[in-house]
Amino acid sequence: MFAEIGYGILAITFVIALYSVGAAIYGDRKKSSAIVESARRAMLLTWPLISLSAGTLIYLLITNHFEVSFVYEVTSRSMPTYLKVTAWWGGQAGSLVFWSWLMSAFASLVTLRKWDRDREFLPWVIVITSITTAFFLGLVIFYANPFTRFWQSLDGKIVTSMFAPLNAIAFFPQDGRGLNPLLRHPGMIIHPPLLYLGFVSFVIPYAFAMAALITGRTDDRWIRLTRRWTLWAWLFLSLGLVVGGRWAYDVLGWGGYWGWDPVEIAAFMPWLTGTAFLHSVMIQEKRGLLKHWNMILIILTYALVLFGTFLTRSGVLSSVHAFAQSAIGPAFFVFIGATFITSIALVIYRWPELRSETEMKSMLSREALFLLNNLLFMSILVVSFWGVIFPLISELTTGQKITVGPPFYERATGPLFAGLMFLMGIAPLSAWGNSTIFTLGRALWKSAVAALLIAVFLFFTATKNILALVGFFLIAFVLLVTLVEFWRTARARQKTQNENFFAALLNLIGRNRRRHGGYIIHLSMMLMAIGILGIEVFQVQTQGTIAVGQSLSLSGYSIQFKSLASWDDTPKGVNYTRAVVDIYKDGTFLGQLAPRKDYYFDSQQNMTIPGVRSTLKDDVYVLLVDWQPASANGATFKVFVNPLVNWLWIGTIVFLFGILIAAWPEREADYALAHSKNKAYEPSSAD
Amino acid sequence: MGRMKFIIGGLLILGAVVYLIVSSTQANAEYFMTVNELNAKGASVVGKNLRVSGAVVGNTIQYDPGTLTLTFEVAHVTGDNNEVEAQGGLAAVLQAAVADPNRARIKVVYVGPKPDLLKNEAQAIMTGQLGADGVFHADELLLKCPTKYQEAAPQQTSK
Repeated sequence: MFAEIGYGILAITFVIALYSVGAAIYGDRKKSSAIVESARRAMLLTWPLISLSAGTLIYLLITNHFEVSFVYEVTSRSMPTYLKVTAWWGGQAGSLVFWSWLMSAFASLVTLRKWDRDREFLPWVIVITSITTAFFLGLVIFYANPFTRFWQSLDGKIVTSMFAPLNAIAFFPQDGRGLNPLLRHPGMIIHPPLLYLGFVSFVIPYAFAMAALITGRTDDRWIRLTRRWTLWAWLFLSLGLVVGGRWAYDVLGWGGYWGWDPVEIAAFMPWLTGTAFLHSVMIQEKRGLLKHWNMILIILTYALVLFGTFLTRSGVLSSVHAFAQSAIGPAFFVFIGATFITSIALVIYRWPELRSETEMKSMLSREALFLLNNLLFMSILVVSFWGVIFPLISELTTGQKITVGPPFYERATGPLFAGLMFLMGIAPLSAWGNSTIFTLGRALWKSAVAALLIAVFLFFTATKNILALVGFFLIAFVLLVTLVEFWRTARARQKTQNENFFAALLNLIGRNRRRHGGYIIHLSMMLMAIGILGIEVFQVQTQGTIAVGQSLSLSGYSIQFKSLASWDDTPKGVNYTRAVVDIYKDGTFLGQLAPRKDYYFDSQQNMTIPGVRSTLKDDVYVLLVDWQPASANGATFKVFVNPLVNWLWIGTIVFLFGILIAAWPEREADYALAHSKNKAYEPSSAD
Repeated sequence: MGRMKFIIGGLLILGAVVYLIVSSTQANAEYFMTVNELNAKGASVVGKNLRVSGAVVGNTIQYDPGTLTLTFEVAHVTGDNNEVEAQGGLAAVLQAAVADPNRARIKVVYVGPKPDLLKNEAQAIMTGQLGADGVFHADELLLKCPTKYQEAAPQQTSK
């Protein structure tokens, strides 16, 4: 009964979404605000309706309705209720419902704002968001329905179908297969929603960009309206990526956080175009340049968001993430192709109106460096995309499937990332319009020399690794330039405004949140770079089988095996095997770790939980690999020492802080600008 | 003049990126092949980076925890997805591959912890090199048990 209700509501919502698309187009053609209003109201209906349908799905999940195939696939009796709720996005069909639920929520939010001066955008924003919602609902209704049930025909065969086939009776499994244990982790519970939040938020700036192209209002209004959406999208996508990395570090037990897996890259690609977009829209706002480019970037981002959802949810590529395989591929391909071609056609149609207002003169001006930044991001995108599709290309052209692994990506993107870091150092000090090598050199040489001294110091004390030294030089350079910039401007303000240093610093940040939030984000990226460089270049590992009392040693640490215990937790359906080891550094006792291996009965799968001792200097990461149950005195451990990796997570927190500063509404500035300049519009944004 | 500078700069960057991609691809290409293809190529691919997929033959799995040395055999499985579908899905194909004694097999050696998913009829994707002795030395093992992820219908005994 509930299954039919849930499915019926989705079908109705699909029709309503299509209606709002049609009504919005018709209303715009007929210049009838009443019809557009009807489209808007229809669209506002989609969120409550999808919520209702999702509610029935969640009800089915938490009440063990295993006759529903999705419930059977992702839950089991032994799972706690909160996990049954989050199993909503634990499988393909449910996660597509989740996607459309978020899409309808954001679309509703954006149409609830006051539209007075931007009336002409409204119908087209409704069209784009509703088409996207309808596409995902269509996938759910026609291809990946979470409400289908099991039926048993007379000859005993079991089939899945929405409605009862002829001569078949409902089939009720006793228990479900349960969510993949790897996914029963806090990181994995919030990682998909974060990514989806990021994905879906990027649809809003895309919708406004398309509205601007269709209506011909091609000034930077659409950018100003969606600036904050873009920032939130970027925040969620970035956090989603980091949380995914943290999950891999905590759960997958290979001592790393990022493996250049195609599905990771699929989520990384829209991040690359989104980050480029975030930077290049500033040039359009300040200088009226790169208008075509910004359109293309947001179109690419939208296409990559769809592509990312498709890759993560279709299982086309062999990857650790490919939990699902289904028929949604062709539908995705057609939809991505159709929206991409239409969008590009619109850009070409409006090409003359998108001409730049000024010309770029100096190669060292701020706008030229931003352009370079964009080129580097696009280059990383091309490398990533190439790596993902290369097996397909090589198979088509030579008949031989050739794949490339992480070393390809590391080698090809390394210099590009280094280039980006260098730009982060020099761009903040270059001027709009015109900079010369002399003005820039004068502002930078002290920091460059200091960073070089740090690199030389590291060469003599810590490492002879060239890669690491170049990396640390760049990190030190960017950190110094940015911190000196903060210090210098705060000091200047301290003098003129008679404030103490910290008040001056806070006021300075408050006065231009966007710029200083951006600088704080740059700082956070450098902290993350320290962690990445540390684990990539200096990670060491060892493994061995040892008896109780024996030790493994690795870079000054000694890991001594104390005890091992194994027990069943029947209500949870898990068997735990837990080893206890003592950690010593140069003979000093530091503490105990307890690496585990959990065996889940319902899915017959192991999960290896590392014991980790984490400090600012390094992580000791111990895995319990194997043990002899009969003698109970020998166990195999794998040990990693991951230098500096903690800075990756610390950087993430600073990043969060920076983006909150950048995205926080600038009330004062809005007011001041609106009153000081005679602009035709105010620089507010869409939320 | 101003324009020229940007065009030259852009071309330089483009060239650098193309170089990075081409050279990195050449340096890190892994040839994806089936067991049959590997046997056919034989000595010509010794020492190259390869990626081989096959079905794990359960009764050949041997593990020495002392040296962390894992050896097992994989049987040939077709690499063509359509063929897999035609033969009743991956699970059926893997099962048939292991059951068929005439199927081409290759011996694999891997040093490291024994993976959780290594069992009979699992699909193994192994990255490594073919040794002159005809044994495949895997640096990396990726294992999949298709029954776990793809089989939609529950066991009939569960009633």
